Amino acid sequence: MVDRNVASGLSQDDDVMNQAAAWCKAGKNVALATVISTWGSSPRPVGSHLAVDQDGKIVGSVSGGCIEGAVVTEAMEVMKTGNPKVLEYGVTNELAWEVGLACGGSIHVYVEKIE
Amino acid sequence: MKQHTLSQLIKDQNEKKAVALATDIDIGLQTLVYDNTAIGPDENNEEIQQIARQAMRDDRCKIYEIGGRRIFIEVFNPSLRMLIVGAVHIAQPLSRMASVAGYDVTVIDPRASFATDERFPGITLNGEWPDDGMRDLDPDRRTAIVTLTHDPKLDDPGIEVALKSDAFYIGALGSRKTHAARVERLTAAGFSETEIARIHAPVGLSIGSVSPAEIAVSILAQVTDVLHRKADTEAIV
Repeated sequence: MVDRNVASGLSQDDDVMNQAAAWCKAGKNVALATVISTWGSSPRPVGSHLAVDQDGKIVGSVSGGCIEGAVVTEAMEVMKTGNPKVLEYGVTNELAWEVGLACGGSIHVYVEKIE
Repeated sequence: MKQHTLSQLIKDQNEKKAVALATDIDIGLQTLVYDNTAIGPDENNEEIQQIARQAMRDDRCKIYEIGGRRIFIEVFNPSLRMLIVGAVHIAQPLSRMASVAGYDVTVIDPRASFATDERFPGITLNGEWPDDGMRDLDPDRRTAIVTLTHDPKLDDPGIEVALKSDAFYIGALGSRKTHAARVERLTAAGFSETEIARIHAPVGLSIGSVSPAEIAVSILAQVTDVLHRKADTEAIV
């Protein structure tokens, strides 16, 4: 299995960045999650984005839907503290086993507040 | 991420300007790196900039260990491009599907009755002769080229410019027989066997496509295959 760290699809995430900027402009707290590494069969490539606002609204994705819920919870925390975080999900991670990357890969996600 | 960094990224994307975002993932410092300049806390860090610029050329996002720090380099290159020669029936679904897949699509056809906004809503049309149109659009290694007119008078000039470019994919519609004749013409025009071998013909993956939309699927699938396999091969080297 080859890492698919190809950025070719980034333009697809234009709407995530635009939405994140729009939320900020509307005075909302916003966090941005970015896939920074993948191993095995992860559904979304490195550079994929998910943005979350303070009300839990989301745009974009960092997986096929398996870990979005967990990432949103962490994003809420990052919005409060302002400190960025690197999250790891995968078959070797017990928490991840619970939230489940059904595809059997592992990914690292960087979560930061937009301020 | 600072709000102004986000706004700058969006502005650069809209202006089709290549930029890389270098993030220290332990402390969150972020620097924007361009071809000739950089803005942010690491704007004087030559090593980060060098690695970021190489990542932009490779179209690759990755975490690097730089000076004992973990730096995530995220590349924001302009969209991939697809240049289609021939505003024919297949070009209609292909241009739409490729747009959805993230390509910046231009259809080149000097025949005004084919290349109309009614037939290609929202797609950029170029009414030049294919060689002139292709030269103006200056295909690079992030460009796919597909010729669909089935008319050597239009396809060949486009293919000749394509073969001199770094386009990552060149595909030409036409049966094996049509392609054999094309190979003869290109050979006579001075192209080598290796150069001509870059052309995918008959165009598209063999999936039994019948309708124009199905043929468009097979073409887009092949373009995708070439794009990612090429990247994977480069990753191994």
